[in-house]
Amino acid sequence: MSGSLRDTNLEGWNRPPVIVPDGEGELLEVAMGPHHPSTHGVFRMDLALDGERVVRLKPVFGYLHRNHEQIGETVSYLAMMPYTDRLDYICSLTNNWAYALAVEKLVGQAVPERAEYIRVILAELTRIVNHASAIGFLIQEMGASGTPLMYAFREREKILDLFESLTGSRMMCNYMRFGGCRVDPSAAWLDATRKVVAGLPQFAHEFENLLMSNEIVMARCQGVGKLRPELAINAGVTGPMLRASGVNYDIRKVDHYGVYDRFKFRVPLGDHGDIYDRYMVRVLEIHESIGILEQALKEIPGGPVMDPKAKIRGFRPKPGEAYGRIEGPKGELGFYLISDGGNSPYRFRVRPPSLINLTVLEDMCLGHNVADVVLIFGSVDIVLGEVDR
Amino acid sequence: MEEGLKIELGKQGVFVTTIEELYNWGRKNSVWPMQFGLACCAIEMIATTMARYDLARFGAEVFRPSPRQADLMIISGTVTKKMAPQVVRLYNQMAEPRYVIAMGACAISGGPFKQGYNVLKGIDRYIPVDVHIPGCPPRPEALLQAFMTLQKKIEEQPLTGEGRPRHLDAEAQGEFPVPVQGEHDLEPTSNKLVWPLPVVIR
Amino acid sequence: MKSVEEIKAAIEAAVPGAGVEIVPNPSPSGQHSLRLLPSHAVAVAYFLRDDEDLGLDFLSNLTGVDHLDKEIAEKVKVTRQVTKTVDGVEQTVDEVVEETRKHMEPGYLETVYHLFSMAKKHGPVVLRMRTVNRTDEVELPSVTPVWRSAEFQEREVFDLYGVVFTGHPDLRRLLMWPEFKDHPMRRDYKEPDDFEYEPTPHDTVLARAKDHKAAVAGQEGTGTGL
Repeated sequence: MSGSLRDTNLEGWNRPPVIVPDGEGELLEVAMGPHHPSTHGVFRMDLALDGERVVRLKPVFGYLHRNHEQIGETVSYLAMMPYTDRLDYICSLTNNWAYALAVEKLVGQAVPERAEYIRVILAELTRIVNHASAIGFLIQEMGASGTPLMYAFREREKILDLFESLTGSRMMCNYMRFGGCRVDPSAAWLDATRKVVAGLPQFAHEFENLLMSNEIVMARCQGVGKLRPELAINAGVTGPMLRASGVNYDIRKVDHYGVYDRFKFRVPLGDHGDIYDRYMVRVLEIHESIGILEQALKEIPGGPVMDPKAKIRGFRPKPGEAYGRIEGPKGELGFYLISDGGNSPYRFRVRPPSLINLTVLEDMCLGHNVADVVLIFGSVDIVLGEVDR
Repeated sequence: MEEGLKIELGKQGVFVTTIEELYNWGRKNSVWPMQFGLACCAIEMIATTMARYDLARFGAEVFRPSPRQADLMIISGTVTKKMAPQVVRLYNQMAEPRYVIAMGACAISGGPFKQGYNVLKGIDRYIPVDVHIPGCPPRPEALLQAFMTLQKKIEEQPLTGEGRPRHLDAEAQGEFPVPVQGEHDLEPTSNKLVWPLPVVIR
Repeated sequence: MKSVEEIKAAIEAAVPGAGVEIVPNPSPSGQHSLRLLPSHAVAVAYFLRDDEDLGLDFLSNLTGVDHLDKEIAEKVKVTRQVTKTVDGVEQTVDEVVEETRKHMEPGYLETVYHLFSMAKKHGPVVLRMRTVNRTDEVELPSVTPVWRSAEFQEREVFDLYGVVFTGHPDLRRLLMWPEFKDHPMRRDYKEPDDFEYEPTPHDTVLARAKDHKAAVAGQEGTGTGL
């Protein structure tokens, strides 16, 4: 069905041909957003419809363009850390980590072992929060108003309580530093985390059973919004969306950053690259994250959480540049920094996974009904703060 | 009516009220917010409606996607210059009586992003705001507090005379001018009627 | 993975006249980059993507950097002939003097590309390209036909820096509104005057307040002047 509309030629560039319907009638142009309940915030899609069928889709960005990159070039390195919380505001801790990693690469800073373990624990908790909310929002857009999202948010509140007691803030944690973490978690905090993690498998199974074999979920998700692996790679798609198309690329396994080498975990891969596979990859990643958390909480060593040699005041990296990236819950989150030896970076660039994953939105939606656009868009899992920055 | 007499009559099973009290009691307990999230604060707004904080206790669980059916606009997050005309347009589309909560530092003043070239330095430059909540982002409890403050404000509104709600005032301004996106900035940069420049008296 | 020197040699063998230059990176990250000539960039990009050893099929990051016109002061040792009186006889003697020479280095816009390989799981390879200047000759070839992931990122660089990518299928502003005229991430961008009253202006706010005062003084009967 979609093949006749647009044959994506990877070798060159073909504009999607606008199919003028045979006979009478004309295309209906719809501006979906920026205020639309299903666009996860302020995102706009300019659609051209032939009846119910999408023949053109142009995303419009910038409604939440908050100038992170400009601000990053005016404030000091450390002062940028709280801003990274607000990039992808569901997963502040992984953003912290990506930025800290980039700066550590820029200055060649080592991180103590205990801090690496804490980072892994926090990042995997964040991944669970993100995937659970993403599935909740996706199913909500399917019409199940409330229930799955409430399950997800119930679990999120438990994890957010852990974040709050460790970092002082529910959402904007601002916890990591160049060369470690800000505060050492107490034994009581680790025990509380163990308790929450012990309850997570039950939640994951419950969440899975609630939805996995639901007839409506299957009917609306399977075979819809397919993404071919070649196109996914060429378009720079990363994260669960790429793996749902069957490409084995997880930066935790590829870059060996942090202490991920020490944990046993599998990378779930999809087969068809449709919405259902993206949903299943996220569900399975929750299970793998729980496995990593259990191992990390068992093995966490003692010691300092901050490299004693790390410079905090008067932090001025030598001229040079670095690109650091991590496997964020939404895909490859990278920071590119150029230092000219000054107080603040000469160039501060965020590589947003959400924006680049949307490159293929049009390809996935063409030929489908307009109601499916909402679902396909939901399955990409974006946060507008990161798309527009 | 005397407060003591009212209580005394209440003990006897006779409830006395005024039209104003009854009318405002009804209004304050069924505020329908608009389902309109802008940025980080929107996630906390969703968390407020979920099981733990349960906004439904305040009669405000019905989030309407259409501005035509909503009474309350929660500006939950940063308003950028690209988004500001749409926010004002949505506000214009809401039916009276309508209220606005500016949630978070960004909606109040631009917050941490104040120096950004695309960030509007406070939504009250264009539309009147009833309740401001500080925080980045405010906790769900803070949003509940803002709701209660708004309810109190509705309760205290007289139905006639000075300070009556706009839907009972034939002269009140209904439409607010929508800013135009110009070549360098929004035009005008603020609505002087709702956001007068401060006058410095030395 | 191959080192930068090996990649440079491979590119030059495959694309004659590519003129690749290595830009060393002194930081501990050791991510050295290769500067390409815009005229050969697309051919090089195809080679990097399709080469069997490199297989850089994944363009991760594409961004712009602005470099302003810079005045460079260099101390140069100059030998010149001076007439001196030595022992009562006038002689011409060579003398070495230090002189400060100033010259303007024209500014340019630069784009930076970070490439990885999903098939071989290696990277990054960093590429760079420069425009001729910052004003009228700001064209660079688009790599969107090679890597689709460049589509939105090139639009963003066009929007915020004003680099015009030739060959991009749909070059429009990405983040700012279409009527907007400036390129706000350029380092000489001046924000519109939206100074707001502050009781204790300081630093940049004070400078802004003064600018605002001067601007308001020119117009009659506007505002309070603050």
